[in-house]
Amino acid sequence: MYILIVGAGKVGWNLARELIDKGNEVLVIESSSRRYQVVEEELEHRIQAGDGSELWVLERAGIERADLVIAVTGDDEDNILICQVAREKYGVERVVARCNNPRNLQHFELLGVKPAVSATDLILRLIEHEVPQYGLVHLLDLPTERLEIIELELGDDSPAVGQRVIDLGLPDGSLVISILRGGGGFVPVADSVIEAGDEVLLVLDTGLEADVTERFAPQPEAA
Amino acid sequence: MFVLIVGSGRVGSAVAKTMLADGHTVSVLDEDPEAIAMLNRGQNQSWEDLGGQFTEGTALEIDALLQAGIERADAFVASTDGDNTNLVIAQIAQRQFEVERVVVRVLDPARAKWYAQQGLQTVCPTQTAIELLEGAVRGEIRFEGVSG
Repeated sequence: MYILIVGAGKVGWNLARELIDKGNEVLVIESSSRRYQVVEEELEHRIQAGDGSELWVLERAGIERADLVIAVTGDDEDNILICQVAREKYGVERVVARCNNPRNLQHFELLGVKPAVSATDLILRLIEHEVPQYGLVHLLDLPTERLEIIELELGDDSPAVGQRVIDLGLPDGSLVISILRGGGGFVPVADSVIEAGDEVLLVLDTGLEADVTERFAPQPEAA
Repeated sequence: MFVLIVGSGRVGSAVAKTMLADGHTVSVLDEDPEAIAMLNRGQNQSWEDLGGQFTEGTALEIDALLQAGIERADAFVASTDGDNTNLVIAQIAQRQFEVERVVVRVLDPARAKWYAQQGLQTVCPTQTAIELLEGAVRGEIRFEGVSG
């Protein structure tokens, strides 16, 4: 595979190493001449100096035959533009963009740059996974389709314990899709009874999360 | 007409002043709080006393665009000093906020041309300079003093 990486920072350089080790043809583009000189000592002919958002630089790097373009500069605008041009002007089938500021993710999406990877967002997800609030874990988010799949781990004090699925009163747009119990899992029916220690998987419309989790979370004790 | 101008450098501030003098409502967004000096320069009253709006903020932040009034904008000018920034925010103005008239300044002629083909109204000062200079050298055009 021919892979073009724009940006030879820590991310770009290490990605280049790994992808070269896996047998890919890799070319890195770096705009800072100082950084270029440092990385060139190792990558040699596999790095070029230049501003990767300039079309002639991309063309010189052979973007037309690239199978994958990875934009990992420190500027979100640059990463968006590079991927947009790669896909729409040069017909590159696959692009991956780094999103430095997770607030900018919506712009990547608006301009059709997918997937965009935000390290901050990934770490936040990991924190959520390690320190779940009310045992809530996001398994899958489909922002475009406005759907998400979540997992809820139920303690003894969950109000759902002992109830049948149908009696939970879940809002329209949410559905229990499986229950993990004792090392196994099954797809519940309306009569299935929730037990303490269950991990419940639900699919729901984005926006229903608070409403749904409330039915499983222990209620604060009445005064 | 409500005009939102992002980037208060030489170009953005000059367009802002002209539009305000023409009687339009003008809002300027710039990440540098000192950039308002460009709007005050050469005026008898301050920009805000004249009725202009100034917001400090980064154009990629939706909150800053909202604060600057993008939802009311009839025209949007992207004139920061970064081509890529201008191209991204112009597309945000066009696609997300559906501003009717979006104009973007792009210094690099190659990118300006391609994005113009994609439907963005693009002004490329570099290309304009090239054409004027070539015309003047050939003797095809002649201007007294400064061109334009």
